Amino acid sequence: MARLTINGKTHEVNVSPTTPLLWAIREQVGLTGTKYGCGIAQCGSCTVHIDGAAVRSCIVPVAAAEGKKITTIEGLASGGTLHKVQKAWVDHEVPQCGYCQAGMIMAVAALLKDKPKPTDADINAGITNICRCGTFQQVREAIHAAAKA
Amino acid sequence: MITKTPKINRRSFVIGSAAVGAGLALGLKIPFGASVVRAQDGSPEINAWVVIRPDDTVVIRIARSEMGQGTLTGLAQMVCEELECDWSKVTTEYPTPGQSVARKRAWGDFSTGGSRGIRMSHEYVRQGGATARVMLVQAAADAWGVPASECSAANSVITHKPSGRTTTYGKVAEAAAKLTPPANVALKDPKDWKLIGKSVKRLDTMPKVTGAQVYGADLKLPGMLNATIKDCPVFGGKVKSFEAAKVTGMPGVRHVVQVGESGVAVVADTWWQAKTALDALPIVWDEGPNAKVSSATIADMLKAGLDADQAFVRNQNGDVKAAIAAAPKKVEAVYAYPFQNHATMEPMNATAKYTPDRCEVWVPTQNGEAAFAATVAASGLPADKCEVYKINLGGGFGRRGAFHDYVTQAVLIAKQIPGTPVKLLWSREEDMTHGRYHPVMQAKLTGALDASGNLTGLHLRLSGQSILTAVFPQFLQDGRDNLVFQGLDPDGDFAFGYSVPNLRIDHAMRNTHVPPGFWRGVNINQNAIFLECFMDELAHAAGQDALEFRRKLMAKHPKHLAVLNAVADRAGWGKPAPQGVYRGLAHMKAFASYVAACAEISVSGGDKVKVHRIVCATDSGYAVNPAQIERQIAGSFVYGLSALFEQECTVKDGRIEQTNFHNYGSMRIAQMPKVESIIMPSGGFWGGVGEPTICVAAPAVLNAFFAATGKRIRTFPLKNHGVTMV
Repeated sequence: MARLTINGKTHEVNVSPTTPLLWAIREQVGLTGTKYGCGIAQCGSCTVHIDGAAVRSCIVPVAAAEGKKITTIEGLASGGTLHKVQKAWVDHEVPQCGYCQAGMIMAVAALLKDKPKPTDADINAGITNICRCGTFQQVREAIHAAAKA
Repeated sequence: MITKTPKINRRSFVIGSAAVGAGLALGLKIPFGASVVRAQDGSPEINAWVVIRPDDTVVIRIARSEMGQGTLTGLAQMVCEELECDWSKVTTEYPTPGQSVARKRAWGDFSTGGSRGIRMSHEYVRQGGATARVMLVQAAADAWGVPASECSAANSVITHKPSGRTTTYGKVAEAAAKLTPPANVALKDPKDWKLIGKSVKRLDTMPKVTGAQVYGADLKLPGMLNATIKDCPVFGGKVKSFEAAKVTGMPGVRHVVQVGESGVAVVADTWWQAKTALDALPIVWDEGPNAKVSSATIADMLKAGLDADQAFVRNQNGDVKAAIAAAPKKVEAVYAYPFQNHATMEPMNATAKYTPDRCEVWVPTQNGEAAFAATVAASGLPADKCEVYKINLGGGFGRRGAFHDYVTQAVLIAKQIPGTPVKLLWSREEDMTHGRYHPVMQAKLTGALDASGNLTGLHLRLSGQSILTAVFPQFLQDGRDNLVFQGLDPDGDFAFGYSVPNLRIDHAMRNTHVPPGFWRGVNINQNAIFLECFMDELAHAAGQDALEFRRKLMAKHPKHLAVLNAVADRAGWGKPAPQGVYRGLAHMKAFASYVAACAEISVSGGDKVKVHRIVCATDSGYAVNPAQIERQIAGSFVYGLSALFEQECTVKDGRIEQTNFHNYGSMRIAQMPKVESIIMPSGGFWGGVGEPTICVAAPAVLNAFFAATGKRIRTFPLKNHGVTMV
């Protein structure tokens, strides 16, 4: 049994402590916006925030996330208002299939917290998620737009 | 585990005429016995394509699958254009394959591949919109007692011009649904289009930024169990034995089952429990006769085909043998292209529920009808007891079109647990090692140059796999696979873009036990590299500019030439590039569209390639939504350049060696070039968008790499040569 705080709510999850946080989020808590892509922290589809930092939840054991503040894509908007990154994503029509985009958006939201006006070099260093549809051109545009918002 | 009713159940699924009785049972009024077909919420169907709700919402039915390429929005634009409805009131839904069977394929082909979504259905979907409009206008005219010719429709509002009276589609939909559909309603002249050609916003963006979008992997059904599978790592092998008792006591494990002859699955409460147990399950495989095959043995087999006497000839004129023998200068090169996996972001999955009376499958698929056929076959039930519900795809790229191995597996698992829905989700490792791979191909090109450097003869010999032989043998023509020659055909959607006085393009078919599949762009990926890099080699050997050399051979191919000229002009071909920057060109006709690219790269240390910019031109005849076409171009370059630089599936001991993104790389944003699109629809034909442009990125970059380094690389991916993308 582990106690997880996700999007401001506390959840008791009955899993072994080594279960990756990704699967506790998806299967115990039922939030499926966070995606499984590779399971080895390569693709970033599973990116969530732990205490404000972007992490790849597929390799974080549940035990390591206990007592920390976890935010998933479902908790990024506040109230009915989209986060500025989500808003930029809509305005620039970033998603194609969309499967990787929740992770991409979470990674970008964390980047903008650290670097509110990122350069292209900051983006290149900070955003390493895989997108097989190849939305990177729109991702870059939308990051700059969100930084100006 | 939390379960909740899946979103899919909240959608208004289509019901057919046969279900009108059910509508009556729900209290829906159908006066005078007219057979109005109704959507599940009771709203009248004007025809198979259009349902209009009383609040004026227009539901447009889309048979093709949306997987990111934008076809959902494009097809809705086409119906809306003729329907004259208010775009802001448009929503969409997928008819089910079972309903398609029941209604004699009212929506036509469901298959979403080959860049066909729009180009192969534009006429009948526009006709669907136009016919519905005429019926709605007629219904209004009937109500007013005026001739329909005095009425017009725009933005879902019908106006009687002489009196100024107006009504809305929602108000007359019931009456319109009872009218006999008129035949042969005239379609608009393209010059009168208001919505086709406009970059309206996609209809499916919002749920993809909030996490609300449900993909196949996200599906939840009440009482559902989760499964994951291992199929024999050697293609064609079988299960010999497995020790279920070793894992049945592990947390959450419910069932350990054999799946067909070659797979073993663990079914558990959660997927993570199933995967943990499957990883611990001892399985012994009967690897069969292919266990000794390797990349080297396959390459040797293909190499022998390069000079084989027997080959299927597809494109030929003059006497190439004589031309080459007589040429003062002969140029020869051998190229090789590897197996590649689709690596969709969402691994393969399907959810199945089986009882002896009914089998239902929920699946992200590019072809609902093919998924349905797989469901019928695996369940052993008649078609009227089967149904398939299409779920949003986390990428397709051809993997989820002709192949539904994961559907078959899910049904075979569910059959062993009747009444319980089971979601089968492959691990990334299973996905990487059980693909339907980009076909492996080698090519030998021989060119003859005369004393003035004119190309007098060209022989292009392909040697390698035939997808059709493996997948659709009924489409072979006297054994020949015409698909192998995409971009090299004498004419048609994949027409060769040069006139060469003596030409022969042929294929020595060499098939392997590694199953080939349709991979975004299919055979244009390697054909464009073979042809367009060799054209560069010839130009260099002739001492001529790569653009001028091509132009001389393209006088009879004006549309090919137009896109090539467009990228050359925009990129500034012939003018000095910035210091250290080198350019390369390529063009092709594919899926009925003409495409060209000019790449600008720099190379540091001889092997670190920075692709700065690619200018791309496409003439797809008509351009339904230019903003989405731009995205398809840029995205196709990511797919194509990832393949060029990083992707190869090698074979050892009969199995694929690559298992995940750490040894099968994919581009990141840092490597993304600036992509400039020139969308230049010349009208009069319908070309594809999702695939054609993919093929010009790689040869344009390779030709630029030669310009920068003087080195020709002819085997791929480039990482095998220590060349990386930075």
